[in-house]
Amino acid sequence: MNKIWIITKRELRSFFDSLMAYVMIVLFLGFSGFFTWIFGSDIFLVGQASLQSFFGISFWTLFFFIPAITMGLLAEEQKSGTIELLVTKPVSDWQIIIGKFLAAFLLICITLALTIPYYITVANIGKIDHSAVLMGYLGLLFMSASYISIGLFTSSITSNQIVAFLGALFIGIFFHLIFSLISSGFGGWIARLLGYLSLSTHYESMARGVIDSKDIIYFLSIIFAGLLGTELVLSRRHGSN
Amino acid sequence: MEVSVENLTKSYGFQKAVDNISFKVDTGEIVGFLGPNGAGKTTTMKIITCFMGSNDGDVKVGGVSVQANPEEVKRHIGYLPETNPLYKDMPVIDYLRFVAEIQNVPKAKIRERILEMVNVCGLKGEKYKKINELSRGYQQRVGLAQAMIHDPEVLILDEPTSGLDPNQIVEIRELIKKIGREKTVILSSHILAEVEATCDRILIINKGKLVADGTASSLRKQAQNKEIVKVTIEDGTNEEIYRSLQSLETVEIVDILPHYTQAFEVQSKADMNSRKAIFRLCVEKGWALTEMTPVERKLEEVFRDLTITN
Repeated sequence: MNKIWIITKRELRSFFDSLMAYVMIVLFLGFSGFFTWIFGSDIFLVGQASLQSFFGISFWTLFFFIPAITMGLLAEEQKSGTIELLVTKPVSDWQIIIGKFLAAFLLICITLALTIPYYITVANIGKIDHSAVLMGYLGLLFMSASYISIGLFTSSITSNQIVAFLGALFIGIFFHLIFSLISSGFGGWIARLLGYLSLSTHYESMARGVIDSKDIIYFLSIIFAGLLGTELVLSRRHGSN
Repeated sequence: MEVSVENLTKSYGFQKAVDNISFKVDTGEIVGFLGPNGAGKTTTMKIITCFMGSNDGDVKVGGVSVQANPEEVKRHIGYLPETNPLYKDMPVIDYLRFVAEIQNVPKAKIRERILEMVNVCGLKGEKYKKINELSRGYQQRVGLAQAMIHDPEVLILDEPTSGLDPNQIVEIRELIKKIGREKTVILSSHILAEVEATCDRILIINKGKLVADGTASSLRKQAQNKEIVKVTIEDGTNEEIYRSLQSLETVEIVDILPHYTQAFEVQSKADMNSRKAIFRLCVEKGWALTEMTPVERKLEEVFRDLTITN
């Protein structure tokens, strides 16, 4: 546990030292703030004291921003060779992977924490459904964790950050959009399967304020699959071929 | 802590990078790894440090297998990879702190160890600079500092002095020697003089195979079973001396050394000794023998013989 934290701490510091974190936070707050308060179907247009429009926007902004955070996590280490230093220190591959995962996740947590004033503001304007807001944030966190895990995986298979970024978007877009689009064109079990695979379905049900173990299991499975894939790629170097 | 490599084999595709290598390094021994480019030095080091797996064979560090318990092995190893990768966006002191923490250095001792490493590696003036602002030589020092920060039992250094200035090379060699008294050190180098000056034992590896194992002097002897002496004789003529020397029973070849006056290199037949015969010859002919010195073969020649002929 201690080792994981050491790695997380270093990654987090490098996010902030490289200004990456600040750019991320400013862009995210800028985008989500603009569409939540000023433009399009913003809160005043909807006329309800809810953060639905914010969650809807964040669903997309995080989708694009997370690969930008995760792309360097392993690809950069493989390019500069520092991965050799890291794995020859007394840490396991899992500790490295989870450490890096947590660093990206904490950065997202910090970013989302900065939107709490939105919640406070809306709560002061009208009667807000507190549990729906909580669930909405929880949904965003689960979604972020899933995409971080996918991003970490694509970062592990290449030493080129751009490839890692595009790879994460490519895999992500299936869960984000394509599965749910295709599923509407099918019937029967295929539609149900694709509907289940679609991340947006699960996210929306959470953002509406409904918590279901089915959704939690879904997110946890994606997170686990991504991390497991990363571990398999990292451990390939031990391989006998 | 001893390192024993047992029948290690590693191939990349069809090419065998390391081919059935076995050797053992004891505590308090500094072993130099020599070999041409692509001989398998770096691969062997990567396997010892648990970066890579092997196809066959095993490495044991202090009796613990790198395959069975890599985490235990890694605690005792300090490793400086050939390319010296570093987190370039970190300041030196933060980087060393990170490595110290991850290497299980007790919290109370971290500050002390960092200061010691900064002093030992001559990084005092640079410790607050970012690593990418440092010159190549200073980066190499940071690499060495991170390898030694947890006072490891086994130190594996892949070309430790590359990029250093001559003064620093001498300092680092002294440092390695000092560490090597109590710890186990394996280092690789292209510079033969360096290996000879620093190491107790030399391993020469070529095309993945171990071709020589011994001290510098034993390697020289091993490669030179024919005695060579340099002889300078005053009086007589070049031609006469040449013919007389050549006619000695034990002598195989006589060379006239071009830049000296009446100096010759006399090579004896295998396992024979011509020094007495040369002396008697001079007495007989009434020549003054002014020099007779055994010619030692240079390590470079030994190296070339071992790595080119195969």
